[in-house]
Amino acid sequence: MDIDAIISYLPLYKDALILTVKIGIQGVILAFLLGLICAVIMHLRIPALRQLIAFYIELFRNTPLLVQLFFLYFALPKVGLQISPQICGTLGLGLLGGAYMAETFRSGLTSVAPIQYESAQSLGMNRIQTFRYVILPQAISSSVPGIMANVIFLLKETSVFSTISLMDLMFTAKDLIGMYAKTIECLTLLVVFYLIMLLPVSVLGSLIERRLRYAEFGN
Amino acid sequence: MEQTLLKINHLHKKFGEQVILDDFNLEVKKGEVIVIIGPSGCGKSTLLRCLNALEDIQGGEILLDGLPIRKNAKDISSMRQKIGMVFQSYDLFPHKTILENILLAPLKVQKKNRSEVEKEAMELLARVGLADRCNDYPRQLSGGQKQRIAIVRALIMHPEILLLDEITAALDPEMVHEVLEVVLALARNQSTMLIVTHEMAFAKAIADRVLFLEHGKIVEESREPKSFFTKPQTERAQQFLHSFEY
Repeated sequence: MDIDAIISYLPLYKDALILTVKIGIQGVILAFLLGLICAVIMHLRIPALRQLIAFYIELFRNTPLLVQLFFLYFALPKVGLQISPQICGTLGLGLLGGAYMAETFRSGLTSVAPIQYESAQSLGMNRIQTFRYVILPQAISSSVPGIMANVIFLLKETSVFSTISLMDLMFTAKDLIGMYAKTIECLTLLVVFYLIMLLPVSVLGSLIERRLRYAEFGN
Repeated sequence: MEQTLLKINHLHKKFGEQVILDDFNLEVKKGEVIVIIGPSGCGKSTLLRCLNALEDIQGGEILLDGLPIRKNAKDISSMRQKIGMVFQSYDLFPHKTILENILLAPLKVQKKNRSEVEKEAMELLARVGLADRCNDYPRQLSGGQKQRIAIVRALIMHPEILLLDEITAALDPEMVHEVLEVVLALARNQSTMLIVTHEMAFAKAIADRVLFLEHGKIVEESREPKSFFTKPQTERAQQFLHSFEY
């Protein structure tokens, strides 16, 4: 193993990591918000919107991210919608993640016991107050394990960004291998940098889960 | 004591084709404690749920202070504030501390001043002997303690009437006692209550009036609970009470 080469590659990997994390975080935030909105609309059974969202969820859960990105990056410009690779990456991740997050939140909402609604209503809370103060917090907390799994999944999916010429970790590794043929060094660094990105997320996930344990205890 | 608070006229309730309450009539005076007993499926829990509009009704009317209670009515949330309800399974909000459980509705629904309700909440908690648990979560409490909190949570809304739906059915015998003590104290304070229970000794001690229900109808009604429990008039009530003896 060529230690000097590894040291000289580090700054490039660091830049790639920063870019990957930046797009990853933006995409995850978008996915979270989109998923939550979709789940709430599905849960409240708002007509028309609900069918639209069901279509969106199935569309994005049943097509690969690569195909979705190609569509955003290569097909949209043909109809006059030019977007930068960064925005394209964020949007692609957000849309894919939104579909997964929506399903996770929805299962969380379904898991709240019906009597919690009655309990809140009997205290004079209206539908919105019941949802906001009683149902949603419990649904989110029981969704945490699923949400964290989605976050890790989405951050790993960033590896296909290289195909739309985003200089993420995967792109950098492939590029360096192509130029210097230090395959083992480049791939080892790639693994290490993905771990640097994802291990803290896993740890954070367990910490949040432990803090929100109440949801598992019913009453 | 003579003012009518709640009036039920010809209440009719069905689940699908199954008739639960059939032409049910009842008048509850202010300060009155009514205990409803009867075999499983007689409609007693459904009756309480109708009174709080947790169930739709198919006929008749329920009037509180002369105002109708109906599910899906525009004013139902404000009507429900006048009716306190405590369920068998306590149903505290698991993600909130005891104090937050109690304060949620007064703060968000009645928009009361926090320091005032907090003071009142602490007084009520002290009355049920749980002031030191105010920052705990429901899961840290025993069933009996949770049920006392559920009563406080209903009381802080200053309901005109309290509906207690088999509130001790899920509790150990020792805990039953601590919960019923709280309810007895409420009765001494002239609270109006409708109580569904299987605790016959408790019913005898607290009731101003006893209703014995079967198949959604009042089979026997007594304003003398002591004589009802020793010598019921109808054969069906005799049979029912007999099943509590060993």
